Amino acid sequence: MKNKSVIIIGAGVAGIEAANNIAENGYNVTLIEKENLLGGNLKNYAKLFPDFYEAGEVKNNLINKLNSENINVYNNNEITELFFENNKWQAVNSQNQKFLADAALLTTGFTVFDAKRKEELGYGIYDNVITSLEFENMYKTGKITTKQGNIPERIAFLNCVGSRDEKVGNHYCSRVCCINAVKQASEFKEIYPDSQAYCFYMDMRMAGQFYEELYRKSQEKHNVIYIRGRISEAAATLDNKIQIKSEDTLSGLPLKMTVDLLVLMVGIEASIGTNQLASQNEINGEYGFAKSKGLYGNDNITNKKGLFLAGTCKRPLTIPETIADAKAAANQIIKYLNQI
Amino acid sequence: MNYNNFIIPFCLGASLLLIIIIYKFAKWLSKLDKKQKYFVKRNFFSKKSIAAINEVFREALIHRNIYRKNPLLGYMHMSLAFGWFLLIVVGKIEASFYAGSFFEEPWLAIFFKFFAREQANFWVANFFSFTMDLLLLIVLSGLALAIIKRLKSKILGIKKATKHVIYDKIALTALWLIFPLRLLAESSTAALVQNGSFLTGGIGELFSLQFAQNVELPLYWAYSSVLFVFFVSLPFSRYMHIPSEVVLIFLRKWGAKAGEQYSGLSDFEINSCSRCGICIDACQLSFSANINNVQSVYFIRDTRYKKLNDNIANNCLMCGRCTEACPVGLELTLIRQQLRTKTEIAGKHYYDYCENKNNKNKTDIIYFAGCMTQLTPNIIIAMKNIFSAAKVKYWFMDEDKGICCGRPMRQQGFVQQSKDLISKNTKLISKSGAKLLICSCPICYKSFKEEYSLDIEIMHHSEYIKMLIDENKIKLNKSELNIVFHDPCELGRGLNIYKPPRQVLSKIGKIIDTEFSEKDSLCCGGSLANTVIELETQLEIRNKALEILTKSKPDILATACPLCKKSFTHAYKGKVMDIAEIVSKFLYLQNNSKKQEIKEKEIFSILK
Amino acid sequence: MKNWGFKISQARIIDLDKANTKMFEDLCLKVPSAKRCIMCGGCSATCTASNHTNFNFRNCNLMFRRGQFEGLAEELDKCMLCGKCKLVCPRGVNTRAIIYNMRIILNKMNYKNIEL
Repeated sequence: MKNKSVIIIGAGVAGIEAANNIAENGYNVTLIEKENLLGGNLKNYAKLFPDFYEAGEVKNNLINKLNSENINVYNNNEITELFFENNKWQAVNSQNQKFLADAALLTTGFTVFDAKRKEELGYGIYDNVITSLEFENMYKTGKITTKQGNIPERIAFLNCVGSRDEKVGNHYCSRVCCINAVKQASEFKEIYPDSQAYCFYMDMRMAGQFYEELYRKSQEKHNVIYIRGRISEAAATLDNKIQIKSEDTLSGLPLKMTVDLLVLMVGIEASIGTNQLASQNEINGEYGFAKSKGLYGNDNITNKKGLFLAGTCKRPLTIPETIADAKAAANQIIKYLNQI
Repeated sequence: MNYNNFIIPFCLGASLLLIIIIYKFAKWLSKLDKKQKYFVKRNFFSKKSIAAINEVFREALIHRNIYRKNPLLGYMHMSLAFGWFLLIVVGKIEASFYAGSFFEEPWLAIFFKFFAREQANFWVANFFSFTMDLLLLIVLSGLALAIIKRLKSKILGIKKATKHVIYDKIALTALWLIFPLRLLAESSTAALVQNGSFLTGGIGELFSLQFAQNVELPLYWAYSSVLFVFFVSLPFSRYMHIPSEVVLIFLRKWGAKAGEQYSGLSDFEINSCSRCGICIDACQLSFSANINNVQSVYFIRDTRYKKLNDNIANNCLMCGRCTEACPVGLELTLIRQQLRTKTEIAGKHYYDYCENKNNKNKTDIIYFAGCMTQLTPNIIIAMKNIFSAAKVKYWFMDEDKGICCGRPMRQQGFVQQSKDLISKNTKLISKSGAKLLICSCPICYKSFKEEYSLDIEIMHHSEYIKMLIDENKIKLNKSELNIVFHDPCELGRGLNIYKPPRQVLSKIGKIIDTEFSEKDSLCCGGSLANTVIELETQLEIRNKALEILTKSKPDILATACPLCKKSFTHAYKGKVMDIAEIVSKFLYLQNNSKKQEIKEKEIFSILK
Repeated sequence: MKNWGFKISQARIIDLDKANTKMFEDLCLKVPSAKRCIMCGGCSATCTASNHTNFNFRNCNLMFRRGQFEGLAEELDKCMLCGKCKLVCPRGVNTRAIIYNMRIILNKMNYKNIEL
């Protein structure tokens, strides 16, 4: 029994967590990651909402458990094909190398929306329009500045860039950007209490434990100003500031302002790998995400026998949700391996 | 005298037809607008009339345009139209010859075989008889094709055949019966007096003498009655296109042009529609979104029967593909725009709030980006770049607080409002003293060119860039990039600008041809002109167009319209760039090696 | 009704018991996407006309939805129908079609005296 094996594609939060759980039960795990470093999207974050927990610590805790001898990690391996043949799940990488196992777990995760597709917001055109990911990066280095190296006196966060947007084909809510904006605005104010942070939103969706509290704190302690309105256009001024146009919908008046830095809270999209591998196995759901068999109790299994799903390859999830989901997937896989 | 009672239905029908047509034509001709009337008067006795006769021959009889689309369909139309025409002409000559006078009874030619019973059997008569039989055979073959077309339209290259109204069905049935009945009637005469050639004579031999005697008169009665039905239903059916198109061709040759308002010319146009349905297949709403009841053929039909509703008038992308495909050359998009006119809502002038814009700029060159271009800042930045590289001084007219060109209002039928906007912009432009106006948006461009009466030169930025290159004011780097150019509707079909953008792009990379380009190019789906369909349908149209355009996996999908760019960027993960952006990226900068280096890096990043 | 000694001025209240919301239903038959609007304000932020004057499409739409037609036709006449709003709308609302149809409906309702 113990010779049975599973391939896990994607060594992000879900992949690593599931690998650890499965290996603990004595099965062989092949964990394949396309990048050099493990950790997936978690690598991009400094601190996590809502409690400012160090993302690095979460990542290290996950990776440290990987030294079980049942786990083989292959980094720099991009899987391009995944199929079931001769009673084995076979994953083929870009160098045509094959990995075989009894079960496969897709943890290919998400990628962030390419903000260049919303040209009117000026990303990729004006220096001081950045994405939330770039903000996170700056925060990590401790230097949140404009491209010219100045301390931003005014910063604006714009929610729902690439999510809840039918024009780019993403009807869904990415769930994490609202609270992420609150987090980043608070972080910004921690560093620069004298600067001003504005947050433009369509709806503030604080549906998570301690989210609302963080939102409240950002208003009370950090004096973050929330404006209900979507920014429709951004343009650079001569001194490299960003002029934004919005409507203050609650007062019903057009709103114009100049900020030093505009942060676009880019939404979650299915990663290329997710899209590719899911459609190869006919489990592609809406918006390029992978589709599980059902939401209630069948969320980790698919219509393909032996193919499992965990994490954000299915839909936008937070990190605690992803960890829980990976554990559930591991449980399902172990059950499956025991049966065959 | 050659007379029998059965000619009465024919004569009655023919007279009624003549009266109705004369009445209708007189009414429409009187509705021509001043300009159109002027042209008719000026060119009536001129060479243009001869050219018109030539075209009537080519289009109304031979149907050259339909031949080009599908030879079989062309043959069907030609055999019916030209065949019948020759039957009448040759029949008339035959009858005149027989009667020895040109002024014989008008019905003699139609029922010639019946009256010419004691026909002498010499070679002229035989020749006529043979020719008439041959012509009848040709017409009948066309008829057979028409029946096949009704049953299975795909054979004749038409995916969706038009659904017809009751008048059409009556006229069609009558038309279908005319020739078989004529054949049978003439065959029965041929059986009795042996005056038929290979066809009528051949079939006549199958009839017994007794049978032929019994059926001859009833058959002629039926033939005559069917002609009556056809003639009387013709002016109310699609077959009105036969006489209307002839007049339309003359009007066009004389120089009458359709204007902003619905006029007598438009009446001739809508009646010249034969409802062939070619426009249905050309329409993207049909082949991308499966909407098959709003196309120009139905729009024109409903207009003719005065039951046009908003839903059909407004459900159109105004891309002009149908106009391009129409074998009669009807200006379908323009007629639609004319009929959208909302005179009842045209009233006060509400754009007075624009007045406070004071223009103190004196300039030679104006750049007008357009509302849509404000949402694609890359195009504006690229244009600024190009201007500075060419060391051109210009005034960016709508950099801040621009005024809409007025075309969107016009497209929706709000003529008054559109005129108001036009006058506002005209004032600004004429005050500046500019000699050249450059637009980035083809919609504005078309408006400035056709709806404004500015006496300055107007260019789209693709033409302007072409000019700068020709004048050596800018130089471009050549690359290995594969570029697909998507023709925007308003620039291509709208204003016939196909070459300049291609000439510019071919200086940068290799242009890849696509299945639908130039005249056949597709609409990106982003059209504003349609106020009926929803986003989902527009996206279907876009996706289909995008699929076709990017089949060859080009490095860059180039276009020259902010709307097209926007539509495509939202869905396509590859590079979608406006022609100005590409040019700006590939500008060869002299005397600045450092900058040049950066440029090369940028080019490399595009390639990647 | 109990007399409170003061009253809320008619113009300041939306009385949904009396408001004519039927018109919005009619509008939705023509433009189903009208229902999808979440009032994010993207349209009015980008509006070419609002750049010059105090025209607010989002508000017009909302007022129509709530059956408040007073002065609405005159307000809508400020629109240039340029279509920028349609391009920025995240919900894919056919804003141009809404304005077009609102104009026609309001005209039929004679909320505006037409001077030709």
